[in-house]
Amino acid sequence: MTTVADRPTGLEEGVLATPEFEKAAARAASRRGLLLSLPAYAYLAVFFAVPLGIVLIYSFATRNRFGGTDLSGWNLDAYRKLGEPIVRDILFRSLWLAALTTLICLVVAYPFAYFIATRPPVVRNLMLVFVMIPFWTNFLVRNYAWRVLLGNDGLFTNISEALGLGERELLFTTSAVVIGLVYGFLPFMVLPLYASIERIDLSLIEASRDLYASGTQTFRRVLLPLSMPGVIAGSILVFVPSLGAYVTPEILGGAKTTLLGSYIVTQFLTARNWPVGASLSFVLMAVMLVATLVYFRTGGKNL
Amino acid sequence: MAHSWLVYLFFFAPILVLIVFSFSDDNNVGRWGGFTLEWYQDFVENSQLQSAVWVSIRVAVASTVISVVLGTLAALALERFKFRGRKVFDALLYLPIIIPDVTMAVMMLLFFSEFFDLLEAWFGLDWQKGLGSIAISHIAFNISFVSVVVRARLAGMSGVLEEAALDLYASRWKTFRYVTFPQIVPGVAGGALLALTLSLDDVVITQFSSGPGATTLPVFVFGLIRRGVTPLINATSVLMLVASVFLVALSLAFQQFSGRSGRPLRRAARQATAFAAPMTTTQTKEGINQ
Repeated sequence: MTTVADRPTGLEEGVLATPEFEKAAARAASRRGLLLSLPAYAYLAVFFAVPLGIVLIYSFATRNRFGGTDLSGWNLDAYRKLGEPIVRDILFRSLWLAALTTLICLVVAYPFAYFIATRPPVVRNLMLVFVMIPFWTNFLVRNYAWRVLLGNDGLFTNISEALGLGERELLFTTSAVVIGLVYGFLPFMVLPLYASIERIDLSLIEASRDLYASGTQTFRRVLLPLSMPGVIAGSILVFVPSLGAYVTPEILGGAKTTLLGSYIVTQFLTARNWPVGASLSFVLMAVMLVATLVYFRTGGKNL
Repeated sequence: MAHSWLVYLFFFAPILVLIVFSFSDDNNVGRWGGFTLEWYQDFVENSQLQSAVWVSIRVAVASTVISVVLGTLAALALERFKFRGRKVFDALLYLPIIIPDVTMAVMMLLFFSEFFDLLEAWFGLDWQKGLGSIAISHIAFNISFVSVVVRARLAGMSGVLEEAALDLYASRWKTFRYVTFPQIVPGVAGGALLALTLSLDDVVITQFSSGPGATTLPVFVFGLIRRGVTPLINATSVLMLVASVFLVALSLAFQQFSGRSGRPLRRAARQATAFAAPMTTTQTKEGINQ
């Protein structure tokens, strides 16, 4: 396929398509591309790449007695702090909650996405739009809604009492945080799952059943492998933001549910230990990068 | 079937409860005390909330306009030209999408603290964090989202029409103005809407880039929520909710008028998949092209 980029320019001057000419055309295209990308390139270099470099430098620095940061004398102290029990607990708790959130989202979203994908087109689109509405709604507001629901005198508590389940205090517990995270990130799981299930030739499932495979076998041997790209994409899209979540645990969680995101913020706003905060942010980003690379290795290319 | 209804109930019940109780005449947010508009009146009369609303709107509009221009140019460069440094640029453009919010917030905090120190040391300028620094941070993540959406649109166009225009002696600018741009308008509008929404949504990055003088509505409300739940926050939340639904409705209406097929629902559904998975552009390209 010829794209505009390959199109020989300057043909109007009567230049023949010689190797020299092609090289010149490629150079012209290269110049144009560079020129077009330059504003965004420069912007991101100054306001994204430089800040990233500063975080890296800070993560090797030392905190001084006044709560400031000494940039001279690089060391690994801030990273060593990751091994301390408090930080290690927070790290493992965050990983565990993010994994749990991802699993719940997967289990809830899979049948839902399958149901949508197998509806007639009109119904399907309508259903998708109704998944999109919470997706577009302000994240803070959606978390706040659960705070109202789960609150002391909230609807949830009242219903639980009316049903005779006793007064259940859910707010400020780990469960509340997981509910909030699932609520916040469920659309991220539904949409990629839907996209990959929609593309499966459903006659394959019929064929599998015709050949006497049980429902479970069909799911495990046919449907699941074919929808794997969606499963992986959705899992990463849920796992990564859950791991760095800050708003949800702050609103729905309590003192015992401090997660990585909140801990990092505390290092900057109250504890004033910038090197430790910087090193933890870097670890968080590294996890995200590994997850993304895994995704591109395993399924990303086949999508 | 039943499962799907339960999922929708899970999605919408909290929002509906929030809306209903924002009209409740009771200081306790979970108890119904008769209908009232008192809390909305409180919102209108609260000067701090009003100024936060204005900061939000100004930051959102400024960052959207700038990131739409930069992001569209970047998308054109990446989809239409081969140039040196293309791969590095591509990677740099993806990073703001996948980086955790907290990490980016920390980056901006340290950057502004160093940057303002330098300005003071070298030029004697005494700059403070505020509207400007919030907008700078928002542009930094919005450029990437806009370019992903516009790229998906560009990848769906073959480029044949552009070649034809160039062959017929249209200048590069005229080709862009009359051939390329009209075709990518839905992508640009979608990108702009996404940028607006993300800017109006953000809490952490904004909190770390804002100064004592200026806070956006979400950051201000976040601060209020941490101090406790009040009916005023209910009313404010419902208004924020209405604003986001309004934005989506606006984009649907826009697509109905500008689109050839006139099937906004179907387009919205396609965009849904496109926006949800910025990492899976290869997958969504096909979805948009069909």
